[in-house]
Amino acid sequence: MSKEPVLEVRHVTGGYRTPSVMGRGRGVYHEVLHDVDFTVFHGEILGLVGESGTGKSTLARMILGLVKPEQGEIVHHTPRPQIIFQDPYSSLNPAYTVEWTLEEPLRIYGKYDAAERKRRVREMLARVELPEECLKAKPDELSGGQRQRVSIAAALIRRPRFLIADEPVSALDVTIQAQILKLMRSLREELDLSYLFISHDLNVVYQLCDRVLVMKAGRIVEQGTIQEVFDHPQQEYTRRLLAAAE
Amino acid sequence: MKKRINGYLLAGLIITGILLLMTLVGVFYTPCDPNAMSMGEKFLSPRAAHLFGTDNFGRDIFSRVLKGSGTTLAIALATVAIGAVAGTLVGAATGYFGGIVDDTLMRLNDALTAFPSILLALLVISIVGPGKYNVVLALGIVFIPSFARVTRTAFAGLRDVNYITSARLMGASHFRIMAAHMLPNTLRVLLPAITIGFNNAVLAEASMSFLGIGVTPPDASLGYMLSEAQGMFSRAPWYALCTGGVIALLVFGAGLIGEGLQKIDREVA
Repeated sequence: MSKEPVLEVRHVTGGYRTPSVMGRGRGVYHEVLHDVDFTVFHGEILGLVGESGTGKSTLARMILGLVKPEQGEIVHHTPRPQIIFQDPYSSLNPAYTVEWTLEEPLRIYGKYDAAERKRRVREMLARVELPEECLKAKPDELSGGQRQRVSIAAALIRRPRFLIADEPVSALDVTIQAQILKLMRSLREELDLSYLFISHDLNVVYQLCDRVLVMKAGRIVEQGTIQEVFDHPQQEYTRRLLAAAE
Repeated sequence: MKKRINGYLLAGLIITGILLLMTLVGVFYTPCDPNAMSMGEKFLSPRAAHLFGTDNFGRDIFSRVLKGSGTTLAIALATVAIGAVAGTLVGAATGYFGGIVDDTLMRLNDALTAFPSILLALLVISIVGPGKYNVVLALGIVFIPSFARVTRTAFAGLRDVNYITSARLMGASHFRIMAAHMLPNTLRVLLPAITIGFNNAVLAEASMSFLGIGVTPPDASLGYMLSEAQGMFSRAPWYALCTGGVIALLVFGAGLIGEGLQKIDREVA
């Protein structure tokens, strides 16, 4: 792990607007994040923990540019950050086969011919440890764990260097969880990735992450290495989270 | 996956298939010349030589129904094609982009929907005049709003689904997202809408031709023939019954297909 940043979130404040009614007004603004400030360094897995509703997913959307911050700025040092979602049932297009889904990012990129695309798809499929038969399957023929592997493959096929994982194992059985976490760890080494790993499950964060951010009501209340935060929590809120996870 | 026989879909496909086949044959071959008059044979009741009997000029009604249903089907299909394509474009754009585009186009849509469809078609006809192609144009325009509404709902529902967000992050263009990523997932609501639209088009064409604002001679559609039949209902009731019966069967068959498709949709969902 080097001290080179891949993502800097600088004093970001923001939220979302409820849709305007009949084009009147701009809708009601709900501030979700307050002065959020942190850096993801090259090669690390940074955990983001907090109860549901504290703004973890809003932060993810903002980092990806899907929501604009009201104040502050977000600086990416790597191109095309990608995300994998919690729900493996809505993250793959049900109309298409796995092969189509994996090839689509390369088609959009447009720089590779069909043979090269097929080669890259097969290579990535092997990396996420799925058999070739999966290529012809539609998402509804796959298990939850297999779907999550396909989602990871699709997110990584254009070789991003930074990946947001928004509760990627929360919908899976414990044994499948362990397999996916192991896969994410080995992919980090092989593909030189950095992760922002969002989870409400502190046990999972403890297993996987190097550092952790604790979020409460849209603020980062504590951050540090896993050892620092888990062994010597400074905040009452963190202590309560840890106690609840015992 | 279990594959159970879908009774509605099967029955609908059989009825519609037979009618389509007969209509298609009717384009190239009819038992008698549909326009050949024979004064000695007028008002004949149905019999082997004239399955649906003859009319006041001694013309074979079966042959005329074959030709007429060809005209009706062609008009209905063209109408649905215009309505579905234009409606899907409008609905996709409004549902996908939302905001001001959505508000503007959907208010226009509401305004169009507020008029009874026949009245609106009448308005278009009074501007462009009657005739086969103008009927298609008029009905096609009238059918846009209902398709737009259905597709808008489907596209809006997909806008924030995770796989669409992923496609956006991959750098897919708006058009690519709508056409390649969303459209295939809206087909299960679009296809039933198309069959219902087809039914409405058959009925609307029949109503317009019956009212004399539809096709003009020498073209004959089922609706036009029904209006002819009305004048001789006491002398040749089989004319109205057979023509009306074919319209009813067409609508019934397509209705069953639509019902069957919706049933598949419910089972998948």
